[in-house]
Amino acid sequence: MMLASEVSASPPPLKQTPLHALHVARGGKMVPFAGYDMPVQFGPGVLKEHLHTRAAAGLFDVSHMGQIRLRPKSGRLEDAARALEWLVPQDILALAAGRQRYALFTNETGGILDDLMVANFGDHLFLVVNAACKAEDEALLQEHLSDVCVVEPLRDRALIALQGPKAESVLAKFDAGIASMNFMDTGPRRLAGLDCFVSRSGYTGEDGFEISVPADAAEGFAQALLADENVLPIGLGARDSLRLEAGLCLYGHDLDPATTPVEGALEWSIQKSRRKGGARPGGFPGANAILSQFEQGTPRRRVGLKAEGRAPVREGAVLFADETSPQPIGKVTSGGFGPSLNAPVAMGYLPSPLATPDTIVFADVRGQRLALRVAPMPFVPNTYKR
Amino acid sequence: MTTLYTADHEWLRIDGDVATIGVTDYAQSQLGDVVFVELPKVGRALKKAEAVAVVESVKAASDVYAPISGEVLEVNDELAAEPALVNSDAAGKAWFFKLKIADKSELDGLMDEAAYAKHIA
Repeated sequence: MMLASEVSASPPPLKQTPLHALHVARGGKMVPFAGYDMPVQFGPGVLKEHLHTRAAAGLFDVSHMGQIRLRPKSGRLEDAARALEWLVPQDILALAAGRQRYALFTNETGGILDDLMVANFGDHLFLVVNAACKAEDEALLQEHLSDVCVVEPLRDRALIALQGPKAESVLAKFDAGIASMNFMDTGPRRLAGLDCFVSRSGYTGEDGFEISVPADAAEGFAQALLADENVLPIGLGARDSLRLEAGLCLYGHDLDPATTPVEGALEWSIQKSRRKGGARPGGFPGANAILSQFEQGTPRRRVGLKAEGRAPVREGAVLFADETSPQPIGKVTSGGFGPSLNAPVAMGYLPSPLATPDTIVFADVRGQRLALRVAPMPFVPNTYKR
Repeated sequence: MTTLYTADHEWLRIDGDVATIGVTDYAQSQLGDVVFVELPKVGRALKKAEAVAVVESVKAASDVYAPISGEVLEVNDELAAEPALVNSDAAGKAWFFKLKIADKSELDGLMDEAAYAKHIA
């Protein structure tokens, strides 16, 4: 057998997060990811890390992601909010102070350039963007918003996610006030004497928090969290299986510049105010294409897929309507084994007429056609505190 | 009975003209939690080095290659039903299949335990 660990690659110089030394000390198996040397798993392995997160609490280093502050030059937050709406189809003006929401940078054809979180911190906006896109995102913001906003990438901060049913009780030891936060509440808070930004959100489908901490204090803070017996460090492997079970998209895989929000089944993320007939319809890149798709639909659509058998169906598997047809109808964009479901799960794109629950399609896996059933997402119910 | 090893981390237990084949404990430690195993059909004639079985962990799929040529005599249905046996007992209960050895000279290129230990060191 060929082990992945034996596939040699010319190593580009990798960046390190402020928690790199801690990962290595805790036995993390380090791999290149989005230009960073990141832990794919720790000692217990992907399966146990995944299940531990759903049963107790997992600590994830997501410091590779971009943290960007948008400060309105006028001092009026609505100016920054209105300006950001030039680039995203979400309603940022209506985002209340202390709240965050999921958003998308779109291009002129309606495709998705990145997905991100936008938070209203009262006097400025705070954005969290994907690691692999952060340079382009910063350039996009500078190009379009620099007349109105100071665009400030926060390079001296780490980002730590604490996820799972015990996350609240663990974090409450540092700040009892976090218990009153609801899903997508966010804002600056002092934790362990540090200036943090805490949001009640995450990428696992579990209740949990994302905590931005000063880089030089990140290792100590992570160690303080890990000192709680309920908390284990979790690698990228389990991060991926957790988000897949939660039905959450991975940018660059499930979403890309050739995929619109409607194709991606992300209509829910575009508030009525930005749609036709809304208070501020359009006004973002690709608005014509995207808004007409709300009425006319799209030829293809993202769906959840559950394998009928036991074999995982992975990213890239080509989909067919039946067991013999030579004509591909779609592709799996994320797929693997769901430890909490104890079954294979996937997501991918299908022609819209087939994108309905319980439709059976077939994936080519090593020359065999394996049956998949279109299934609603999330595959595992989320436990957000609303 | 002698046990031989391939550079690709399969083991072969030789009993007369029958070889029982599995993957090594080192391989399972690198794969992580195994969640699916695909075995060949009984009666299939294998040529040395062809892909014959698949091991899937949570992370990835890996092919298992035929270390020697021969006909598949028996496969481990218990393993197909409980793939995690690869992690708990790679060298024992998690055997993959038994092969009727076609050409004993193909065994000459394989490693003994000491050589394999050096290979993975």
